Amino acid sequence: MMHASTVDLLTDTAAAAAARRTMAWAAAGLTAAATVAGGWLAPPDELQGDAQRLMYLHVPAAWVAYAAFTVVLAASGAYLIGGDLRWDRFARAAAELGVVLTAAAIGTGAIWGHLVWGTWWAWDPRLVSTALLLLAYAGYLALRRALAERRAARDGGDHRVARPAAVAGVAGFLLVPVVHFSVVWWRSLHQQATVLAPHRPPIDLRMATALLLAVAAATLAAFCLLLHRVRHLERRLAPEPSSSAAERTPAGVG
Amino acid sequence: MALVAVLLAVGGLLVTSALRDTVTYYRTPGELLGDPGLAGHRVRLGGDVVPGSLRHEGELVVFRLAEAGHEITVEQRGAPPETFREGTGAVVEGRLSSDGVFRSDHVVVRHGNEYGPSSSPAVTVDAG
Repeated sequence: MMHASTVDLLTDTAAAAAARRTMAWAAAGLTAAATVAGGWLAPPDELQGDAQRLMYLHVPAAWVAYAAFTVVLAASGAYLIGGDLRWDRFARAAAELGVVLTAAAIGTGAIWGHLVWGTWWAWDPRLVSTALLLLAYAGYLALRRALAERRAARDGGDHRVARPAAVAGVAGFLLVPVVHFSVVWWRSLHQQATVLAPHRPPIDLRMATALLLAVAAATLAAFCLLLHRVRHLERRLAPEPSSSAAERTPAGVG
Repeated sequence: MALVAVLLAVGGLLVTSALRDTVTYYRTPGELLGDPGLAGHRVRLGGDVVPGSLRHEGELVVFRLAEAGHEITVEQRGAPPETFREGTGAVVEGRLSSDGVFRSDHVVVRHGNEYGPSSSPAVTVDAG
């Protein structure tokens, strides 16, 4: 179901283009609503004041980064099982998004930490594991590029790049639960989860609404960007004459 | 493959150190008082700022940090962040002196995962 609708959205038909436009407008609308809600309607935090509003950037960035790495995991797995290079392109595009958003989460977190904790950076389990996650997926993208150059292959259109990349993409995901649970497993400067807290979220309703709007806006915008990037990769790879045959070759083992 | 190996190694290291409890960003007052080997070494100490214990002595900020029934008096040199106040968590960096006072030169604020507006209306009360 998910598979079918995703692939349909990538086609050049008028219906798919209309659906993509609708999604882009919905993302823009949600972003505007989240900006108003997070910037003005939500009250400033009792302890942190207006600095707490950085949450409406920091949390969506971190959430979409996790989601992007989940797409890398799923797409890499789908590629390894089915051997369809389209999944490899999804994995690449999602990793690119994930790296940018992880960097954004670290950047907004540093400013928030500076304002509220009194330090830009701490050698704290959450911060260190997030930095490792950034390194892991930056390394994944570097690996793809290095493989493509060494083997004179086209990144996103060649099984010799896609296969090792898929293995690295799956392995890198091992860090995501480490990052998420770091605040539970280790004593950390970083506060624990609020929205995903086991009990009723200890957050004001207006703040929670602004946060959910921001997360929804970021998620939809990231999905639009992902589709756009995959379409771009496919168009760039299209002229290859043997690609349509190569696309279907199973990844096989080894 | 090298990337996978490095990731697995780092992940394994993190998990084992978590099990052995060696990755501790800060120590609690109870741990610091219970381990004489730490006295005189530069460590991080974390706890809640005891309400009523905060006072300023010249350029020193003095307060007590408490957790799980243990308390340590802290003499902090230099101004803490603006969000620093009684009742919230803080982590200080420095040494426990032989007189039982923790002398620190760096303090960061730990806040909880609760977010809410100010309970009283946001009216500034003029001191004058």
